[in-house]
Amino acid sequence: MAATKSATDVIIIGSGSVGTPAALAMAESGLRVLVLDRMPSVGQGSNKGAIGGIRATHSDPAKIRICLRSLEIFSTWKERRGDDIEWHKGGYMFVAYRNREEKALRELLVTQKAFGLNIDWLDRSQMLDLVPDLNPESLIGGTFSPDDGSASPLLSAHAFWKAAEKAGAKFRFGEIVMGLIMENGSVRGVRTDKGEYHAAVVVNAAGGWAAEVGRMAGLDLPVKPDAHEGAVTEPVAPFLKPMVVDIRPTDSSVNYYFFQHSTGQIIFCITPNPSIWGLETRETSSFLPMVAHRMVSLIPRLQNLRVRRTWRNVYPMTPDGFPLVGWAREVKGLLLAVGMCGQGFMLGPGLGELLAHVVNDTLPTKDREIMGLLSPYRKFEGQEKLK
Amino acid sequence: MSDFRIEKHPILTPPSAETVTVIWKGRPISARAGETIASALFAQGERIFSYHHKDRAPQGIFCANGQCAQCLVLADGLPVKACMELVCPGQKLEPVDGLPVLPPVSGSARLTPIEEISVPVLIIGGGPAGLSAAIEFGKRGVSALLIDDKHRLGGKLVLQTHRFFGSYDAVFAGTRGIDIATKLENELRTYPSVQIWLQSTALAVYSDKKVGVLKDGRRYVQVKPEVLLVTSGAREKSLAFPGNTLPGAYGAGAFQTLVNRDLVRAAGRLFIVGGGNVGLIAGYHALQAGIPVAGLVEALPECSGYKVHKDKLQRFGVPIYTSHTILSANGKNSVESVTIAALDDKWKPVSGTEKSFSCDTVLIAIGLDPVDEFFTKAGEFGLTAYAAGDAEEIAEASAAIFSGKIRGLEILRSMGHDVGVIAAEWYATAEILKSRPGKTTPETIPDGESGVFPVLHCIQEIPCDPCTMVCPRDLIHIHSDDIRCLPCFEVSDPAKACTGCEKCVTICPGLAIVLVDFRKDADYPTVTIPYEFLKESIEVGDRVHVLDTEAADLGEVEVVAVRAIKANDRTVLVKVKAPKAFAKKIAGIRIQEDDVTKPMDRYAERTADDVVICRCERVMAGEVRALIRNGFRDISAIKAVTRAGMGSCGAKTCTALVHRLFREEGVPEKDIIDQPKRPLFMEVSLGTFAGNEPGSIKDGGDRGRY
Repeated sequence: MAATKSATDVIIIGSGSVGTPAALAMAESGLRVLVLDRMPSVGQGSNKGAIGGIRATHSDPAKIRICLRSLEIFSTWKERRGDDIEWHKGGYMFVAYRNREEKALRELLVTQKAFGLNIDWLDRSQMLDLVPDLNPESLIGGTFSPDDGSASPLLSAHAFWKAAEKAGAKFRFGEIVMGLIMENGSVRGVRTDKGEYHAAVVVNAAGGWAAEVGRMAGLDLPVKPDAHEGAVTEPVAPFLKPMVVDIRPTDSSVNYYFFQHSTGQIIFCITPNPSIWGLETRETSSFLPMVAHRMVSLIPRLQNLRVRRTWRNVYPMTPDGFPLVGWAREVKGLLLAVGMCGQGFMLGPGLGELLAHVVNDTLPTKDREIMGLLSPYRKFEGQEKLK
Repeated sequence: MSDFRIEKHPILTPPSAETVTVIWKGRPISARAGETIASALFAQGERIFSYHHKDRAPQGIFCANGQCAQCLVLADGLPVKACMELVCPGQKLEPVDGLPVLPPVSGSARLTPIEEISVPVLIIGGGPAGLSAAIEFGKRGVSALLIDDKHRLGGKLVLQTHRFFGSYDAVFAGTRGIDIATKLENELRTYPSVQIWLQSTALAVYSDKKVGVLKDGRRYVQVKPEVLLVTSGAREKSLAFPGNTLPGAYGAGAFQTLVNRDLVRAAGRLFIVGGGNVGLIAGYHALQAGIPVAGLVEALPECSGYKVHKDKLQRFGVPIYTSHTILSANGKNSVESVTIAALDDKWKPVSGTEKSFSCDTVLIAIGLDPVDEFFTKAGEFGLTAYAAGDAEEIAEASAAIFSGKIRGLEILRSMGHDVGVIAAEWYATAEILKSRPGKTTPETIPDGESGVFPVLHCIQEIPCDPCTMVCPRDLIHIHSDDIRCLPCFEVSDPAKACTGCEKCVTICPGLAIVLVDFRKDADYPTVTIPYEFLKESIEVGDRVHVLDTEAADLGEVEVVAVRAIKANDRTVLVKVKAPKAFAKKIAGIRIQEDDVTKPMDRYAERTADDVVICRCERVMAGEVRALIRNGFRDISAIKAVTRAGMGSCGAKTCTALVHRLFREEGVPEKDIIDQPKRPLFMEVSLGTFAGNEPGSIKDGGDRGRY
């Protein structure tokens, strides 16, 4: 089973939100890629837990730039590649009902505009024009970024996988990585429960399992999965254009967000407060009452919309809420693309291209800054403002 | 009332004539108070409830049991399951045509916290198993909460007009299912320690060991039980064939619900797919309701249901096509005919054997799957849980009654209550009641040509003993402790011979005992035959065709008496005079004429390739098959690409069909990776989870569904 040393240039651990589009970008750049995943098929880890929102409206230049590229890939996928990934350009709306959120959002707007994002402040009546069903009581206004949108994580993962295979990437599912093959401080390959594979470059894109993979190389990666729940409703005729995000914290939750998918279904999730740490995917009784209470308060019209299915999956979190991307210093040949903090789906395609450049050593100068900002060895001093 | 109501039934009493008016497609229609929307529409002859948003395919019912979601209609602007929602006066009903518009509301909601209660025992499902278990708690004054998603207790017992098989002592064998339901319910209602919530559906078992319940169809309550007993019964399997979702193609249980629970003449003419007990009994129920049955197909060389059921159905004049399969249900917007063909020894249809039958309804009766998701989840989450009845293992309702009782006692014992020893024989009886039919012995006709005696046309081993319990002279025996053995009639003391009391004839659940009386006329003995059709349908002087056990026509004979007495509990006894040459072979009377069972002159082919695997999302077999051929083995991946299993029902009907496609493609079961099951069991509104106080907000559809 073991591949010979020359058969593979790069082994990617994880065929999820990051690993799959990275495999595509690398394979299309001419690299010989092998992707290993413990799950039986593509995107079955945390990728399928994503609700599908894709925005460039972040608070920092690295994620803004990566997601701008992702947006381009998602939004043009169908015309360039043919398959429908249910891309829907509905925009993102952040609502402000209190001065505190208004202030935070307005401050972010400065950075966001500085990076050329198409985003603006809407006053109360503009907000209500856009989403007439918003609870008008004490609504101040909010931001709206029309170029953001959504796509199906499930269809996207399959589309990336298919395209990557077409470009020559190999995928092995249902294989658990047991260890890294090391030689004189360099990684030489990967040992799984089924065999050994050799390559000079190994990418850790293991999502919620990233720290575990890091330990195999003796690294202590500050990536901790925390569990979030999401849900989808029955489909109804289109009535809600943007993703609506409410960042007001409460006793039991932080932010929550929802949008109407191109199928007509509302997909939503909430960030629990405090975080629930661990690779936990078992459903809780508290999720639906908590999120429904907030959603129905924000948009009373949602009260009659029926919830169809719930699920739970993990956000691989880092101390400051930003991903860890870059070469490991301790082990030569080990590239980290971990800690996506719940944004792997939207970061994935853009990040995949960056990673291909990193491996090929063709990183454009303008992207070097990104790598610096996301360096795994940065000081975790700041805190992401728009998690 | 319309033409589609059953106004007279040999066993059932039509419910009160109290009517309410509802509006269907802008037109007022009359419905029975307290019936479901589905039954109200069927009673108007409406079978197309909606049009699917994906391809505008007409949608009818499939399960009529709250399991699938095919019967959605808009009730006052909101999508509801027509089979579960009861009619309300003035309600505006519309088909769902494409994606429904979410009704706008005004004002903001008044939200109350979600109620949470703790109970020692929560029982999900008030059918035979759940009721029997609950009675054990009630008897001992132990608190328990029994929830059921329907508006009345009894589960599928309320659909069963026939007398039950099984053990007379243990599970009321010889009594009709509907009456067992009443008995169990009446007993349970005398015990104040058991709380009963009707129209209350379990939605999920959560990892914190709480069970989410939609109470009274409108309020969300979280129940924290110490012990969970899952007696949620079974759901019907679907079958993949062209036209399988045409309105008019639906489950046999759904049919029994419409006909026997709601007394709606759901079909004009029926064809049945599947020769298990469910299909055979559904055929019998149809005939009782005056609905002709054009035939029944069974893929196996022999029906898997009880032989007495099969024989009876054939005697009534329903052809049974074994080693045959359904090729298609045909029709434009609803079923107009069915096409069948013989199967070769490799299960492939034999070209040239196609036959079509005119019918408006095709019943799918190919088996049941346990509703076991709550039990499985409870197990995953470490909540102490038990299962009984079909939720544990698919078997007869009589087995469910008994396993429910045993499980109740086991739970009581685990809680520290003294329930004495649960006898080993009980477990043995439970196993016996669950057993499939055993071997068939060739029939022997008794020699005697004098006096009076019963002839038992009961030649297959099944768990059943009522005939041995009712003979006042104790002349019918099973020579074993095992009630699956065949009963036999024996006279040892001529002074204590059969008196012709007819009790055995009346009680036999299989209608397999007749009485032959030579006393008045040795050449033309009188034969007494049980008859469970309208007594007005047969009269003294009528000439009827009599048949032997396996439905061979013995000839035409004259009816000399029709006896319908209260003590016989709706079993009419028909007496015919027949020549002694075949009198002892008579097992029954044909009641259906040949013309309804004749194939059409030419067989009908369905050109549309609409073999639907996932009803909710209308995913076709071809799409799934193509992925399997491309190497897909993870059902989650098939779901991701096709949406099969993403619909309202939560993959309740398509999972088995996807497995079947894998099998057809030669993929071994061990290579298939199942998808994880996720809540909710059924769709419930965000307002309900938010604790919306009913009536706190105005909208077009404000009838309390929040």
